[in-house]
Amino acid sequence: MKSLSQATGLPHSLSPRQRAWQRFRRNRLGYWSLILFVAIFVLSLCAEVLSSNRPLVVRYKDEWYFPIVKVYPETTFDGDFATPADYLDPYIRDRITSNGNFAVFPLNRYSYDSLNYFAKEPNPAPPSAENWLGTDDRGRDILARLLYGFRVSVLFGMALTVLGVLIGTLTGALMGFFGGRFDLFSQRAIEIWSSMPELYLLIIFASIFEPSLALLIILLSLFGWMGLSDYVRAEFYRNRSLDYVKAARALGLSNVQIMWRHILPNSLTPVITFLPFRMSAAILALTSLDFLGLGVPPTTPSLGELLAQGKGNLDAWWISLSTFAVLVVTLLLLTFMGDALRDAFDTRLGLAALRGRVAPKVPAGAPAGATP
Amino acid sequence: MNVVPKLREAEAMLADPPPSPSTGGTLICVDKLSVTFGHGDDATRAVREVSFDLRAGERYALVGESGSGKTVTALAMLRLVEDAHYDGAIRFQDRNLLDVSDREMRAIRGAEIAMIFQEPMTALNPLYTIGNQIVETLALHEGLDRRAARERAIALLERTGISDAAHRFDSFPHQLSGGQRQRAMIAMALACRPKLLLADEPTTALDVTIRAQIMDLLRDLQTEFGMAVMLITHDLNLVRSFAQRVGVMEKGVMVETGDTAQVFASPQHPYTRKLIDSRPRREVLPLVPLAPTLLEARGLCVNYARKRKGISGWFGKDQFAAVKDVDFQLREGETIGIVGESGSGKTTLAHAVLALQRKSAGTIHFLGSSFDGATRKDRCEMRSRMQVVFQDPFGSLSPRMTIEQIVGEGLGLHQPGLSRDAMRQQVIEALREVGLDRTALGRYPHEFSGGQRQRIAIARVLILKPQVLVLDEPTSALDVSIQQQVLGLLSQLQHKYNLSYLFISHDLAVIRAMAHRVIVMKAGEVVEAGETESVLGAPQHPYTRKLMAAAQVGAA
Repeated sequence: MKSLSQATGLPHSLSPRQRAWQRFRRNRLGYWSLILFVAIFVLSLCAEVLSSNRPLVVRYKDEWYFPIVKVYPETTFDGDFATPADYLDPYIRDRITSNGNFAVFPLNRYSYDSLNYFAKEPNPAPPSAENWLGTDDRGRDILARLLYGFRVSVLFGMALTVLGVLIGTLTGALMGFFGGRFDLFSQRAIEIWSSMPELYLLIIFASIFEPSLALLIILLSLFGWMGLSDYVRAEFYRNRSLDYVKAARALGLSNVQIMWRHILPNSLTPVITFLPFRMSAAILALTSLDFLGLGVPPTTPSLGELLAQGKGNLDAWWISLSTFAVLVVTLLLLTFMGDALRDAFDTRLGLAALRGRVAPKVPAGAPAGATP
Repeated sequence: MNVVPKLREAEAMLADPPPSPSTGGTLICVDKLSVTFGHGDDATRAVREVSFDLRAGERYALVGESGSGKTVTALAMLRLVEDAHYDGAIRFQDRNLLDVSDREMRAIRGAEIAMIFQEPMTALNPLYTIGNQIVETLALHEGLDRRAARERAIALLERTGISDAAHRFDSFPHQLSGGQRQRAMIAMALACRPKLLLADEPTTALDVTIRAQIMDLLRDLQTEFGMAVMLITHDLNLVRSFAQRVGVMEKGVMVETGDTAQVFASPQHPYTRKLIDSRPRREVLPLVPLAPTLLEARGLCVNYARKRKGISGWFGKDQFAAVKDVDFQLREGETIGIVGESGSGKTTLAHAVLALQRKSAGTIHFLGSSFDGATRKDRCEMRSRMQVVFQDPFGSLSPRMTIEQIVGEGLGLHQPGLSRDAMRQQVIEALREVGLDRTALGRYPHEFSGGQRQRIAIARVLILKPQVLVLDEPTSALDVSIQQQVLGLLSQLQHKYNLSYLFISHDLAVIRAMAHRVIVMKAGEVVEAGETESVLGAPQHPYTRKLMAAAQVGAA
């Protein structure tokens, strides 16, 4: 659309969404929170490269090896066993870094599940040059677990939010648009559904099925869409009686077209405004379930499991403190973003300050030739 | 024979306001008042160096179109404009209201200067009974105890003509009708016998017949209480019949002020002349003989289900007839005006004709076929031939679509094979037809004024080349001069394309200017129908006569 208008040389003013973005950007705190959050998230997506117990590249006896993507037996580096090489083993490390051989290690030399059998300190070990944030009670590197755990949390939160938004918007849209008896019965059904004890169900399901992320997402999604669907329903209710919807109907548009093209874009404000808050709620939910031991399987890196460890090892302050810090920063960033989004969609706020950036109004009164 | 001169005569007779009781010395003097919003580069001056004075016991009117700063001026006199910066002086009883402390100002508001607002539903607090709200004022300013205050409040409500005032005292705002609410507002404003009453469009939200009653009440009370009234309005007829002196505002500047009769007889400023000239002009062409009938309704009824009160509501619903047994025939190139007050069923009738509302009985034939048995494809085709323009130009355009998308939408639906360029060409053509140029294409509705939006709404329907347009109060939300332009555009389009209009309005002046034939509706029923000139020239039904009488005061 933009290139098209540039090609024809016609003025093209900012769409409501673009104006919302402008307003969002004017909230410095929210804007920088978004940038910081995205940066940390992108970093955590590259966790395998940043934090792994396997070197990225090894040059050994004039040959190239890529342990990061391929598993080599120890014998490749003239070790004794045919088992996969343990690069934390001082012997192997010595082999691949001396005599003209070299290895490029990731920034942090541990993965979330790597156990250092050659550690000098008893577990849990305090922060040191080896383990920058110390280790947990099984000797796993805290920094690595935080990085991977953050990624899991955010991805989980996103998946839950997206699913919740899709289901909530769809049901809310249908109820609000069609109204009447359908709305009445759906509302009662939702009331019944929402009175189910969520936590009990989770505990029951956790004991029946093998706990996994997918199961958690499904279970939490089953309950997570209802609040949003109420908002969308109310918005659809309001918008469907407006004149532009009647005009669209008089044009002959079908229900689906009216809902999709006319009402939905005008009803998304609460959905978008709630996104960061929903995400932080989802992250918190996962963390607390993990803390209670009802969440993800034990091998998965998770912030909640770390918190539980911190509780179990109160003297190992580095576990609880660093996990706490990560959680606080994540949730704060999301909340700041949510605040900024809310401001961005509040049209009563600061339109005057934006006025300079929007193309000037067409002069009032009718253009020539309009008067009879 | 012609109805228009007759009405003009009647208006001329009304033009002389009734003699005032006693106009004393200067009550309030507004001297070079400026009101500025914002700071620095963003600053906008809503009111620029406005000066006028009101004498005690005088009826003054402030006239102007929307955005002329008349309401801001009135609010500034009470220092109620938020986040604004004032310049100049407002002298009231040897004090400059812009200098007194907030505490003193609070003592003046309500007690010395009171205000009534346009929309009593939003101006009254919905959580308190109206009696409570009046008592509050009395207790605050006069320190009356509850019992005395209650008696005074009931007396006031009685004085404003609310029947069964002792009972209404305990009513909540939503339990009253619009007229009763406005009466309650007036009672509240009069509670402390103010010396000056600011009335901001007190009748705009009301039906014409109620308008007349409220204005009569205001005039009576003004005489009785001997207070000055400043009426803020856009309605020139109201000014003529009510005010002794008038001030005309345009874009925050007072362009003309003087005695009402003098200003209306020989307006000095071009803007005043434009305002006075902007009553709708009749430009109706006679019909072609034997023009074919396009749209025909017979015995049209629309019923709504209404909940029964009490326990019986659990078991069944009452039928409420919004439209009862309406017949009409719309011929090619003809305009049928449908007149009535709110609740008379005119909009429901329009929706039923457009098949946006299910009808309960009767038939509607459009171009010989009916919506009822039509296939989806025929329905679609019929829809493109019959289109609608709504009242509210702010609600009828989707705020998240560009003008090109809005205008082109119907085209995309009804002519799906069209290329992008051809579509754009047609959109530009339709915009030109309504007096807008191609620079509008990439813009969004919020950037246009009310009149321009209404033009866009017309372009949206015009692009489908319809034969019948249903116009649901198309100009009610517009200022008088813009209204005249839009009406001109509509008649011009009718002449050019031989369009038929079903023109719905509560405004007799507009109907008189636009319609070949008139249908007068009351409570869902047609009380009178016929040629415009005969119906409005010599109304037979008492309701029509009542409307006509009220319109002298109410309609623009």
